[in-house]
Amino acid sequence: MPNYRIHKTEYIDETKRVSFKYDGKTYFGYDGDTLASALLANGIHLVGRSFKYHRPRGIVSCGAEEPNAICQIGSKKDLTEPNVRATELELYEGLEASSQNCWPNVKFDIGGINNFISPLIPAGFYYKTFMWPKSFWKKVYEPLIRLSAGLGKSPTEPDPDIYDHKYVHYDVLVIGGGVSGIIAAKMAAKNNLKTLLVDDKKILGGSTIYQNNESIKIDDKLSSEWLKNEIQEIKKLSNLTIKTRTSIAAYHGYNFLLAKENLTDHLPEEKKKNKIRQRLWKIRAKKVVIATGSIERPLVFNNNDRPGILLSNSINKYLDYYGVTCGENIILFTNNDSAYETSISLHKKGIKNIIVDLRKSASSELIKQAESLGIKIYFNHVVTNTFGYRKINSLEIMKLSEDGNTTIGDKIKLSCDCLGMSGGWTPMVHMHTQSGGKLDFRDKDQVFLPKENSQDQISVGSCNGDFDLENIIDKTVNKINKFLDIDNQDYQETNIICSKENDKRNIWLLPNKIPLGKTKCFIDFQNDSTAKDIKLALKEGFRSIEHVKRYTTTGMATDQGKLSNMHALGIIADTAGVKMGTLGTTTFRPPFTPLTFGTLVGRNVGKFFEVVRKTSMHEWHVENNAEFENVGQWKRPWYYAKNGENMHDAVQRESKAARDSAGILDASTLGKIDIQGTDASEFLNRVYTNAWSKLAIGKCRYGLMLNEDGMVYDDGVTTRISENHFLMTTTTGGAANVLSKLEDYLQTEWPELDVYLTSVTDHYSTASICGPNSKKILNKLFPNLDLSDENFPHMSFKEDKLENINCRIMRISFTGELSYEINIESKYGNSLWKMCIEAGKEFNLTPYGTETMHLLRAEKGFIIVGQDTDGTMTPSDLQMDWIVSKKKYDFIGKRSLYRSDTIREDRKQLVGLLTDDPKEILEEGAQIVSDIKSKPIDMLGHVTSSYFSPNLNKSIALAVVRSGKTMKGQKLIIPMENKNINVTVSDTIFLDKENKRLNA
Amino acid sequence: MFLINCPFCGERDQSEFSSGGEAHIVRPKQPTELSDDEWAEYLFMRKNIKGIQFERWNHVHGCRKWFNVVRDTSNDKILSVYKMGEKPPVNYK
Repeated sequence: MPNYRIHKTEYIDETKRVSFKYDGKTYFGYDGDTLASALLANGIHLVGRSFKYHRPRGIVSCGAEEPNAICQIGSKKDLTEPNVRATELELYEGLEASSQNCWPNVKFDIGGINNFISPLIPAGFYYKTFMWPKSFWKKVYEPLIRLSAGLGKSPTEPDPDIYDHKYVHYDVLVIGGGVSGIIAAKMAAKNNLKTLLVDDKKILGGSTIYQNNESIKIDDKLSSEWLKNEIQEIKKLSNLTIKTRTSIAAYHGYNFLLAKENLTDHLPEEKKKNKIRQRLWKIRAKKVVIATGSIERPLVFNNNDRPGILLSNSINKYLDYYGVTCGENIILFTNNDSAYETSISLHKKGIKNIIVDLRKSASSELIKQAESLGIKIYFNHVVTNTFGYRKINSLEIMKLSEDGNTTIGDKIKLSCDCLGMSGGWTPMVHMHTQSGGKLDFRDKDQVFLPKENSQDQISVGSCNGDFDLENIIDKTVNKINKFLDIDNQDYQETNIICSKENDKRNIWLLPNKIPLGKTKCFIDFQNDSTAKDIKLALKEGFRSIEHVKRYTTTGMATDQGKLSNMHALGIIADTAGVKMGTLGTTTFRPPFTPLTFGTLVGRNVGKFFEVVRKTSMHEWHVENNAEFENVGQWKRPWYYAKNGENMHDAVQRESKAARDSAGILDASTLGKIDIQGTDASEFLNRVYTNAWSKLAIGKCRYGLMLNEDGMVYDDGVTTRISENHFLMTTTTGGAANVLSKLEDYLQTEWPELDVYLTSVTDHYSTASICGPNSKKILNKLFPNLDLSDENFPHMSFKEDKLENINCRIMRISFTGELSYEINIESKYGNSLWKMCIEAGKEFNLTPYGTETMHLLRAEKGFIIVGQDTDGTMTPSDLQMDWIVSKKKYDFIGKRSLYRSDTIREDRKQLVGLLTDDPKEILEEGAQIVSDIKSKPIDMLGHVTSSYFSPNLNKSIALAVVRSGKTMKGQKLIIPMENKNINVTVSDTIFLDKENKRLNA
Repeated sequence: MFLINCPFCGERDQSEFSSGGEAHIVRPKQPTELSDDEWAEYLFMRKNIKGIQFERWNHVHGCRKWFNVVRDTSNDKILSVYKMGEKPPVNYK
């Protein structure tokens, strides 16, 4: 096996050998490696196939910007993870990784045929091709596209890992632990500011930490040595928290940032167990220092995507940090000085290399150093083509014309096994723009730089466009002193020597004799978009950068165009003949690098997914086979499946028992609001449509609450407990909103009212007993209470004790039966319920759930707000004009009841429906029409509630129908998928119109 | 995610609050005297400005108090906070 590890470094522990599997084959690396560096050490460049053309692709970079080396980790159904960047993944014992987007394997991939038919699949291919015939879309095109779409495979079973969230507050957050970040963090923390420094790598130091060129020095030391000393210093600072392996994902308003910390991804399998895998930090910082650095740009030339072509600085990092050389015969292709650092490093390790420089000449110290070492430099030359299928093996260069627009002279063919490219540096302005900051364009070296800030933040170092060390340190110190309003003198005497110059020759699309249409000059490696695609988009009329991006998909892959966006912009600007700065950029959206769903969700999985509210009788319901229904956050018994019956049978049994003898319902979830104060009755007058002043103490009244627009908002029974004390009940789902609405009016419109509202929903548990035998059961429970109609009539309230515990008993009914609701302090709820069940045994007291409750009330034509109403129903639409006071001067929504729209007679109105076939049960939500022949069919309304009533032995339904009030007796049609159901409009009350059962 | 300075509790995360729309729209004292158009003006019409806007907020997961906020909707900066019934700050008109 070849070994490209050519020297020892302090970051690789050669005493700890690590074995891992890549595409099923076992390899070895060392502790400290990333998957990418270990693969390169084994001579592996080819790591995947490109998305569209399935071209062989190799590792390009050494960090978050990597477009090609993304792999599938693991093979377990619950733990496999796609699209992991091999350049960021730390190697661990037992790691299993495989390449993506290739079949049967990365070396021989069937999809490679796309490369040869590529002239047939230009930008917008899908939009242009799969348009017709229309019928082909669903059955032919979509399944085919789905088959070939997507990168990697998602896990198919729940993620067993643990994720965590953490909230923190800091005076200063420093993003990025390179040289400028370290200086900023030290200055802040030494000045008594609570500081957090985050960096996405395993260790601090950025790209300076492995810098080893003699001509770049600080205080007479190698810059890397100087920085290591600084890192030791800051680790001692008690005010400073340092978080490595932590990357900022998003920068939101008010200096609120999200960071992802990797805790176990670098550990071997057995050490990951039972530990938190990733933690999402939710950071509030008073001030933020952005020191995110910059990333190197590729160059755009023909066949610039072959395996073995990397960014020049990445070659340098693999060499000086990981001890790995990317080749033995390397060519560096550059338009600026930084490739010379790589060249000199390679030369020192004995790796043969030559430089192709776009510039006509250059003369910094660094270049003189390279020249004196005898490194061959081709100035004013351009790479025009590369060769080699699975790895580069040679390339062609030509001389550039004076203006740089064409090539001249003869081709020179050079052999190589690796090509480094450097198109200069792109400041990472993501955080700045995510925070709302604007950008400026610097023409000299064609970079976007942070301009105005909209939040309390600052950018320092190379993300601010300062590329040479002297500038970085001086400017960082000055800016931080100013930004934090401090006077730190630590770096006053620092002596920096940096021989690099910031001079470059920028050409976005490099010239070539071959027509563009026949070249493959890649811009976005991951989404396979080329310079040709960009030009085609412009030719087809796209002008906005946002449109070109979406049409060509440039910058839309998992790397979000970190390497490609600038080139796309540059080529658009050149082609359209406009200045690049005037084009703007695409939007930099969070997250900076992809986040796992687990990190976002944290601990809120499984039973912690949502808050669950249970009544104090919940355990009894569970023990008695209740199926539950979610009502808001509440779990309510839906029906009780006795002896394994299905829902229909259970509901029929429960409904019948409630009317024939007795039924019991857990009504604890209804919203309860305690209203006290001298103006309480006046307040109720204003919030309900009916009158409340004359309600006697000890009496109950049903109320309907509207919105100011006249639409029904909530309903419920309110009881007058004493002169200035009422207890309001609301719908289960509406409780919180009703309280908010009432508080709103009290605090903002009527602050003069003496009224206090308290939510007591959770304070009381409620058992509601109904049916002809309910009075007998009550009598057993409360033998001393006079239950006669004279003493305790319908719509009244009594207090009594049950085994010495106070109870509030209301005689109110939502079923139309004689009915009592017993309220008790919640801690006694379960006992109350059991006592009721015990007392009711001889009367077949049957527990019933929400479905039976809905059925029973529908038989009586009582509405459920939210089921029979939808925010567009007035009381009149519900045929409930009787509850709207004509005498009251004002109440919420009154004025809206006679707006031109609310008095229309053809509004949708609540009616009853009876099916011609009494056994036919309508579907809730079904549309209602009168004529199915005319096209388009006129829709009159829809079914809101529908049941089979065992007490009437027929199907009943409530519906809203246009002009329904005037349609009683009229025939209508419910068209369903396979048949039309004939119905007749009826009254909304189906049972006991005379209300005899209330006093039975 | 705003940081809102509740006049009763101090600075809290936006997730504790709910927004109540434009401030200083007084409910007419005599709605019955109003024409449909006048009532619609109160009921439906809001300024929805890009720039400095006066808004109502409720510390719904805190003290439950309603209060007023002056916010620049173009950059979400909260410029001032004051209690219900207090006069709006004049310098933002």
